[in-house]
Amino acid sequence: MTALSIKRLWKEYGDQVVLENLNLEVKDNEFITVVGASGCGKTTFLRMLLGEERPTRGTFLIDGEPLPAEPGPDRGIVFQRYSVFPHLTVRDNVLLGLELEQAPLIGRLFGTKRRAALERVDEMLHAVGMYEARAKYPAQLSGGMQQRLSIAQSVIKNPKILLLDEPFAALDPGLSADMHILILDLWQRHKMNIFMITHDIKEGFELGTRLLVFDKVRLDVQAPNAYGATITYDIPLGISGKKLLDELTETTRRTERFVDKLAAA
Amino acid sequence: MPRLINLRPGRAGALLLGALPFLATVIVYLVASHARLADNPNDKLLPAFGSFAQSIHEFAAEPDQRTGQVLLWLDTQASLTRLGLGLAFSAGLGLIFGIITGVLPYLRAGLAPFIATLSLIPPLAMLPVLFIVFGMGELSKVVLIVIGVSPFLMRDLALRVGEIPGEQIIKAQTLGASSWTLILRVVLPQLLPRLLDALRLSLGAAWLFLIAAEAIAAEAGLGYRIFLLRRYLAMDVILPYVAWITLLAFALDWSFRLANRWLFPWYQGGKNA
Repeated sequence: MTALSIKRLWKEYGDQVVLENLNLEVKDNEFITVVGASGCGKTTFLRMLLGEERPTRGTFLIDGEPLPAEPGPDRGIVFQRYSVFPHLTVRDNVLLGLELEQAPLIGRLFGTKRRAALERVDEMLHAVGMYEARAKYPAQLSGGMQQRLSIAQSVIKNPKILLLDEPFAALDPGLSADMHILILDLWQRHKMNIFMITHDIKEGFELGTRLLVFDKVRLDVQAPNAYGATITYDIPLGISGKKLLDELTETTRRTERFVDKLAAA
Repeated sequence: MPRLINLRPGRAGALLLGALPFLATVIVYLVASHARLADNPNDKLLPAFGSFAQSIHEFAAEPDQRTGQVLLWLDTQASLTRLGLGLAFSAGLGLIFGIITGVLPYLRAGLAPFIATLSLIPPLAMLPVLFIVFGMGELSKVVLIVIGVSPFLMRDLALRVGEIPGEQIIKAQTLGASSWTLILRVVLPQLLPRLLDALRLSLGAAWLFLIAAEAIAAEAGLGYRIFLLRRYLAMDVILPYVAWITLLAFALDWSFRLANRWLFPWYQGGKNA
């Protein structure tokens, strides 16, 4: 069963081509890391997965169904920042997803239903190592703790797909190593597809089962917008070596430099 | 010698500096009042503090001979009731229209230009219309406050909705929120402390509209009283009334600030949680 099927997909804004001729098949329970230079359509791809953007041409199927036109509970998201609710405590932040699902009219649970939901919440908080901080507000937490919270919030919904948009980019290197262990653990236990966008090619290699590189194939100074990015490498992980890492670093840097040169001109 | 921008007063120094303008005002008043009263003991413009005490006692402690009521409390109650009703209705309207125009693009497209236009009508220019339509009673005074304050609240709160990061709105949708539960659980609770802030800012305008409406037609009220006594040049009552209104305004502002800190600890960065 394929979880995701993309065929001949194009995304254009006016005459600016962002993505061209994208093809991708994803099976169940994959952990895909997405790397690439800035402006190579990684974020556009993620926004399409969320349902915030529509493809211009081509097919984009999730579980054989066309992509829904708006974000929904089957696709969780963790952004780099701002994806927890500042007015709710840690516990209420995680509880919210269950309340919205079980009480569609008022978005709040009471009595035994609430107690049952809170048991699940506390279990999740233990799993992400945040139980001790359960009564705190997000503003009282460090950046790493806020990202843990945001992950817990999404994972408790058991999404089919979890999208991570540079979730650890703002964290200290030591912290992101802890977060890698956490996310791998959650991925194995909850059986979901993960798409993680990252700037850090090394991180892309360390995590996951498959690495996608988004890059522009043609760099044309005369018409920089005429050619979009596509998937230039699709690598199953576990077999790759240092030579490949160097090659990928070089090709994305080349595009990065091209984009910088254009911006400077 | 360090730069002036780097010289800071201590705690006691700051308190003393803050008290200085108040002291200076009292001293200037006392000197001027003394000089005028020495010229003409019947002068009404700058009464001595003794006459203030006497009229405060008369208005705040003794029942009025004609009505049998203590006028200061009667006036305070009438004014605060109008102000409270006006602010409460404005807050309700501000929240409802602020949220729907902030969250729902179709309603924003339909209502935002109209609200922006409404907010440009000078409310005092509408006062005669209100008196004609709603009569000279309580309703027109409350409505004046509402039309004066609520368009500002609506626009301000719609802007505050826009300040909620888009990431949060998307996250809520991936957690299963509908438009309605998104408003109920994500937008509304985050707007309440901002509503209190906006109400604090509109307190000055609310008092202005209240006193203006009372000055023209009322049977009781702080604004009514000072405009009534103006005919008799009764500065010995008017000035204490103005001081009392200032004190009430200050107390309201302060209680709003306190309420915000107590009710919404997360709004201050969760410091009080």
